[in-house]
Amino acid sequence: MLSPRDERDVSAAVAAAEGPLRIFGGATRQIGNTVVGEGLCTAGLAGIELYEPGALTIVASAGTPLAEIEAVLAAENQRLPFEPCDMRGLLGTSGDPTIGGVVAANVSGPRRIQAGACRDSLIGVRFVDGRGTVIKNGGRVMKNVTGYDLVKLMAGSYGTLGVLTEVAFKVLPGVETRASVLISGLTDAQAVAAMSQALGSPFEVSGAAHLPIGEVGLPLTMLRLEGFADSVAYRAGKLTELLSGAGEISVETDPERVRAMWQELRDVAPFHGRAGDVWRVSVKPSDGPGIAARTGGELFYDWGGGLIWVLLPEGTDLRARLGDFAGHATLIRSSVENKARFSVFQPEPAPVAALCAGLRRQFDPKGILNPGVMG
Amino acid sequence: MQMPETNRNVLLGKARIVARLRDVLPEGAVIDAPEETRAYECDALTAYRCSPLAVVLPTSTEEVAAVLRICREESVPVVPRGAGTSLAGGALPTADSVILGVARMTEVLDTDYDNRIIRVQTGRTNISVTGAVEEDGFFYAPDPSSQLACAIAGNIAMNSGGAHCLKYGVTTNNLLGVTMVLMDGTVVEIGGAHLDNAGYDLLGLICGSEGQLGVVTEATLRILRKPEGARPVLIGYDSNEVAGQCVSDIIKAGVLPVAIEFMDRPCIRATEAFAHAGYPDCEALLIVEVEGSDAEIDAQLGVISQIARKHNPVELRESRSAEESARIWLGRKSAFGAMGQINDYMCLDGTIPVSALPRVLRRIGEMSKDYGLDVGNVFHAGDGNMHPLILFNANTPGDLEKCEAFGADILKLCVEVGGCLTGEHGVGIEKRDLMGTQFSDEDMVVQMRVKDVFDPDWLLNPAKVFPLSASESHRAAQSEVAA
Repeated sequence: MLSPRDERDVSAAVAAAEGPLRIFGGATRQIGNTVVGEGLCTAGLAGIELYEPGALTIVASAGTPLAEIEAVLAAENQRLPFEPCDMRGLLGTSGDPTIGGVVAANVSGPRRIQAGACRDSLIGVRFVDGRGTVIKNGGRVMKNVTGYDLVKLMAGSYGTLGVLTEVAFKVLPGVETRASVLISGLTDAQAVAAMSQALGSPFEVSGAAHLPIGEVGLPLTMLRLEGFADSVAYRAGKLTELLSGAGEISVETDPERVRAMWQELRDVAPFHGRAGDVWRVSVKPSDGPGIAARTGGELFYDWGGGLIWVLLPEGTDLRARLGDFAGHATLIRSSVENKARFSVFQPEPAPVAALCAGLRRQFDPKGILNPGVMG
Repeated sequence: MQMPETNRNVLLGKARIVARLRDVLPEGAVIDAPEETRAYECDALTAYRCSPLAVVLPTSTEEVAAVLRICREESVPVVPRGAGTSLAGGALPTADSVILGVARMTEVLDTDYDNRIIRVQTGRTNISVTGAVEEDGFFYAPDPSSQLACAIAGNIAMNSGGAHCLKYGVTTNNLLGVTMVLMDGTVVEIGGAHLDNAGYDLLGLICGSEGQLGVVTEATLRILRKPEGARPVLIGYDSNEVAGQCVSDIIKAGVLPVAIEFMDRPCIRATEAFAHAGYPDCEALLIVEVEGSDAEIDAQLGVISQIARKHNPVELRESRSAEESARIWLGRKSAFGAMGQINDYMCLDGTIPVSALPRVLRRIGEMSKDYGLDVGNVFHAGDGNMHPLILFNANTPGDLEKCEAFGADILKLCVEVGGCLTGEHGVGIEKRDLMGTQFSDEDMVVQMRVKDVFDPDWLLNPAKVFPLSASESHRAAQSEVAA
């Protein structure tokens, strides 16, 4: 296994490689098809290179543990806006998630609906392309339109276009407190309608999820509010008023319980330790309930209904059940065989697939960077 | 400005090319008379002009595809054009090019409040996207200062920003999907009403690619509910350093203002003389705006004012009403006009790390003396996006060149302190030849390889973004490999 210590090592390793490389950081998000090749672990490229709380920017080597980044930010009462999930519980992996892995998989949590995805906070990258050349794009400032935006392209490319060596983010202030407005007893369709109403209000909802089977066996719809205490209280009151016709409403104000409930949702805790395949479906929120009904699986909604996590018996062909639909389904957890059989990522229309293949050939002409991981 | 060699075959084939375009477009959608094409000889960067071969104004994605197929067959360069408001020469034609204007594609295709999206044809102006939803309490967040005129097509091409990016992001953060036509006429759908992409983030790549990868004809945009209210506080300081420190402290305190605007003394004086907004005569002025209910605004302004007071402001004025807010914004909003009263000006657009602000302003002041040209600074301080306005006299021989050299030096300084050449205007032709100060040859080659994938013949929006020497040697190397 290759364990580069710095960017130069990565460059040398990729330039010298004659066969496929299996690139990983903490190896906690084994999403995608299995790659057969020599391991290249980026965990050795660790360290925060720059952190300016007054400028809301942080720059770190790609192998830096996510936990270290979050701790350093928390010490200044700041945070990554996009709330990256921890996949270890769902995938049964161990090790330390790295910030590079977060970027490579464009990992975003419940706050994605308000603060954007990982790619929206990512403002700069350095990476080594398939030729072994060190490339930079973006930078350390949050407004930058100089040249093509390869920063976005690198986010969610699962190491197939280059080995990330450094990433830079715009961060946000942390919050004084948080609360959840909870509604019980709604059908999926009623819940999505309520969430749409809340997200279409001026009250800055930072999370909107629906569990058809909540903690006590009843459907539970959750709306998160974050900010200064008075403001959170005010907005919780306003939302309660706004949704008063929707069902039985209560407000959870214990910030620790609110944090825990959203972290469980973020990390897909309802499916931890449960047998079966896990799919992640992204759709227009109002399409959510209809699509969900077609899955035939146990499920819950995030992103106001636009993200559906589905648990199905192993080997279920979810895409066959869904047929044509606007959005995409990703097979997050399954056996190696099923991942290969179904393709982990939603197949793309031919002209889009051709563009993606063209990019892959340009960035990695030898076809050695995580080949096949995205199908 | 060096431009690529004109393709004489295209000029000679003009009659045939125009006839073919007329065949696929409605009556009046092809303009080829020289006195009419002259209207398209430049965009808002008026220093450079060149009439195109012809102008086409299609009304649908299918017509755009038909135009591009013909142009590709005829090897005619195509310059996509939104509203022509680019300050960077992003829509400057070449003599052998066809301007593809989207000005007749302005429809709203879908308004969906449940899912908080709007789908529009991209010729629609930025302000009229908000206009289509504001009666129902919604808005489209990116608000470039040209928003009355600029088109969504150009916003996507340049990844436009605005004053409220700190909270709401720029175009790329508010764009969910596009219909785009490739140079060979292929129509691709990327993204949509759902979030994120199945494979590579092509949407993120297309946004900000300055019309060089394809022509975006329709876009799905995120709309947001308007906040209950918004009010600013005006803070004046006697030093740029202290104002910079105040910005940093506000951000560190956990308040996220929707805008933090900064003006320096030359700009304050010019706007005061012009707009009489009642600004104090001081070194640095901050306008910090927050949103929410009245009580929420009061609380946030309270936190901000408390921080500001610690730095001994010469003036601190919290707005209590819509009228006071308008008065505080009046000077800032007329800053460009005020500077324009004094002389011609060139507006720059570099971004710097906020911490470098005092150093950069000091150095700009020194350079201003060296060049003998005045400069005023307007600055989105929350995100580091500077807009130095260099005053010059277009009628004085040599002044424009001097101004351009001064501007280039400021942009190099932005890069030197860790920033970039352009925060929201784009590279266009204006900053093309400075790309090497920010990027290595390899950095640019990788970007040009993206262009190779989308537009292998390099016909879309020629001569923008990359220095001609870089693109020519890249293309020569490519054809050697192919041979």
